[in-house]
Parts: sequence; C-alpha cells; structure tokens
Amino acid sequence: MKRIVGYLKSLLLLELASGLWLTLKYMFKPKYTMYFPMETIPRSVRFRGLHALRRYPNGEERCIACKLCEAVCPALAITIDSAPRASDGQRRTTRYDIDLFKCIYCGFCEESCPVDSIVLTDILEYHMERRGENIITKPQLLAMGDRFEQSIAANRAVDAAYR
Amino acid sequence: MSLSSDPMIFLWTLVKILVIAVPLIIAVAMYVWWERKVIGWMHVRIGPNKIGPFGLLQAFADVVKLLIKEIIIPTNANRFLYFTAPLLSVIPALAVWAIVPFDHGVVLSNANAGVLFLLAMTSLGVYGIILAGWASNSRYALLGAMRSAAQMISYEICIGMALVCVLILAGSLNFTAIVEAQAGGKGLFDWFWLPLLPMFFVFYISGVAETNRLPFDVAEGESEIVAGFHVEYSGSAFALFFLAEYANMILLSFIAPILFMGGWLSPFQGWHLGWFSQPGWWWLILKFFVFATSLLWLRATFPRYRYDQIMRLGWKVFIPISIVWIFVAGVFKYFNVVTIGH
Repeated sequence: MKRIVGYLKSLLLLELASGLWLTLKYMFKPKYTMYFPMETIPRSVRFRGLHALRRYPNGEERCIACKLCEAVCPALAITIDSAPRASDGQRRTTRYDIDLFKCIYCGFCEESCPVDSIVLTDILEYHMERRGENIITKPQLLAMGDRFEQSIAANRAVDAAYR
Repeated sequence: MSLSSDPMIFLWTLVKILVIAVPLIIAVAMYVWWERKVIGWMHVRIGPNKIGPFGLLQAFADVVKLLIKEIIIPTNANRFLYFTAPLLSVIPALAVWAIVPFDHGVVLSNANAGVLFLLAMTSLGVYGIILAGWASNSRYALLGAMRSAAQMISYEICIGMALVCVLILAGSLNFTAIVEAQAGGKGLFDWFWLPLLPMFFVFYISGVAETNRLPFDVAEGESEIVAGFHVEYSGSAFALFFLAEYANMILLSFIAPILFMGGWLSPFQGWHLGWFSQPGWWWLILKFFVFATSLLWLRATFPRYRYDQIMRLGWKVFIPISIVWIFVAGVFKYFNVVTIGH
C-alpha cells in the first residue's frame, strides 16, 4: 500500500509542483541585487581595507620604526628599514613597504602598533595598472593617511569603546 | 509549384517565409532576454538591465558579440561535418515553421500531413547534434552527442504516441483541422487537454526533453561535460546551435497549445462574453507566452535529471502511459465521448 501511494505521488508530480510553487514565490520577492557603482552596502567601522600611515595632529609622523608590525605580519608583507633622522637624530623609518599581493588584511599590524601609526582604512575599491604597483611605499602610505585622516579617526573613535 | 511556372507565387512564398522567419529570429532574441529576466527574478536577482530599456537589447548585443568572434576549428576535426552540423540543426528548426498555423488560414503550408512533417523535421534535428559531437573530435562533445541521441530517440516515441492520441480524436493530420476539432460551446473544456490529460503532460515533458532543456539537458550538462555537443563551437557556429535550440523551444510552446490547448480558439468560446469569446491569433500568442515562460520556470526550479532516471522516465513511465492512453483515446472516439468540432 505504501509503495502504491508513493508511486502515485511520484506519478502526479506533487513534489515537482511544490518546487515550482517555491520558485514562483521567489520570483515576486524584492530583489537583493545592489546596483554597485551607484550604491554600496554599509561598511563596518572595523572594515580592514587599504593601509595608511597616520600622523600626529602637529604633522609629525607617528611611526617610530619599532618593527612590531613587520614582526607580527603573518604574510611577511611589510618591509621596514630604519635609521636616525638627519635633522634631530630620532629613530625613524627610511623605508616602509607593504606588498598588497602578500597582505591578507588580517589587521595584526594595526593591533600591534604602539603608536597607532599603521592602520587599515575602510577603502576596498582600488586597483593596480602596472607591475610593481602592488608594493606601496612610505610616501604613498603617509599620503593615504593624510587624505583619509578624518574618516580613519572617526572610525576609531566609534570603535574605541570596544577595544 | 515550379519556379518557371509562376514566378509571382515563388516570390509571394519567399515573402511569406520572411514574414515567419524574421519575427521568429527576433522572438528568439526576446526569448533569451525573457529567460534571463525570469530566471534572474526567480533567483531573487534582477537579470540584464543595462543594454536598452530593461536590458531588452541584451540578446542583440550577445548576437553581435558572437558574430565577431573567431571560429576555432579543433585539430583533426572533420571540417566538412563540423560546419554542416550547425546548419543541420538550424535548418529543420526553421523549416518546421512552414506547417505551424497562427490563425485560421494563416499558415505557410496548410499541409494535410502536417503532423508527419513536424515529426520528420524535429527528428532531423538530432543529426545536427550527433554530427557536431562526432566531428568535433572531442570526448566531451562525443559524450554529449551520444547522450542526446539516446535521449531524443527515447522521447520521440512518447511525442509520436501523444500525436497519435490527438489525431485519433481529431481524425486529421492537419494542424488547422486539429485546432478546429477542439472548437465547441464549452470553451476550454472542449479542448483535447481534458480527454488526453496524461498525454498532455507526457507530450509537454517529452518536448522539454526533446529540446534538450533543463531538467533534461544532459546533452549539454555544463557541470559534467562542459557544454556537451557544442563545446568546441564558438562564434557564429555556436550562435546557430543556440538559435536552433531556442527556435525549437518556441516551436514546442506553439505546438503544445495547438494540439492540446485549442490553438487560437478562445478559452471562453460559447460562453457569450463578447470579444473574449472570439477566436484569434492573440489567444495563440497568449498561450505561447504561458508555455514559453513555463519552460524557463522549469529551468529555474529543477536540477538536472540523472541519465538513468531520464531513460527510466522515458521507457518505463511515459511509454506505458502512452500505450494505455492510445487505447483510451480509441475508446473515447469509438463511443463518441468527446465531441469533435462544433
């Protein structure tokens, strides 16, 4: 008897009909598609995107070449050289390169930084056009920091209570 | 009719062919757009929306892209058969439209053996697929062709039996006569889908299998054999296969209403609803649209059948049902259970 009922059910295509009904319902649901270049999804303040080196409000660069970020980086994406600065003899970086192809955007560099110098901004739309552009240098990183200082500071202020 | 006897008839026939073929090709483009839209909506996406209003010109952009692409011929492919195959699949797909009636008297060739012509032409389509698979000198293509051959031969039997049921009731092989036989005062309850309900589903599902559409698309089987029989085709040669497949889908969406759903007859015929009760080509177009959309609906819903399941469905389910229902149809006819015509 059970077999006959099962046979009849499969012959009447009941399961197929319920599947069709499901797709029909989905056809009239609101669509999830985001019209990407025109609109973007909201981004967390903790979003880990492109890197930047920050400065103090008086214009002095924060980085003191402690190389903690270089040490903690799991992908070995950071390369730092340091030397006493010519003007006042302070310990500063002479080279601060990040290989964006190696970087896994884990954010450990930002976590480890004692002076909040290296940070990950919330910028995710960027590209390289020529070979070698994947390695971003110290001036580029500082320029990024200068340009986006406002949003970097704002994001960190929002997140400060949870750190 | 010979060319020398009356050039005007020849020219007039050419014009009629163009009047059918050009809208058909445009309909294929629109159908591709509609397919992508409907499937997108069912996936909770929006589908193409960039080229033209609502993305309507998307298919034309695709055609231009395909036409300017290079045609790559595989090493050791049989060149002659390689280029004959797409023609062999597109020519029957277009030729079969000669016998499709769009309204009373609006048909290129009102052949008395129209159903036979339909069977013959749709059966020819399989040669294009087999030759494409064989001539490509590719394992995937050959596998796809073999699967497709077995599948199409199996399901052609069911389609043939469904046609036999219809023509037992209608008493004619002529499509116009078949539609006229479904006329009656009870509107849509006079159509053949009611006495032949199982055969209607058998015909429709076999038609889906015959056009190699999902869930019966093992011949293409993207996830298993890449693209099956046309894996080695690119550019305009691929476009011809594409055109043939979609022309066949549109054909199925026309033939199913003509055979089972009263063609251009109004579903409210005899209900005295004024204009709504009048037969006309718009009813056929409406029914075509419903059937064509249901094909896309099937594609958006079902996963691909396993190959042995396809064979089981064809040989162990559909053919027994068909044989039983041919007898039932004969009984209907003998005892005049179904009223034929007015």
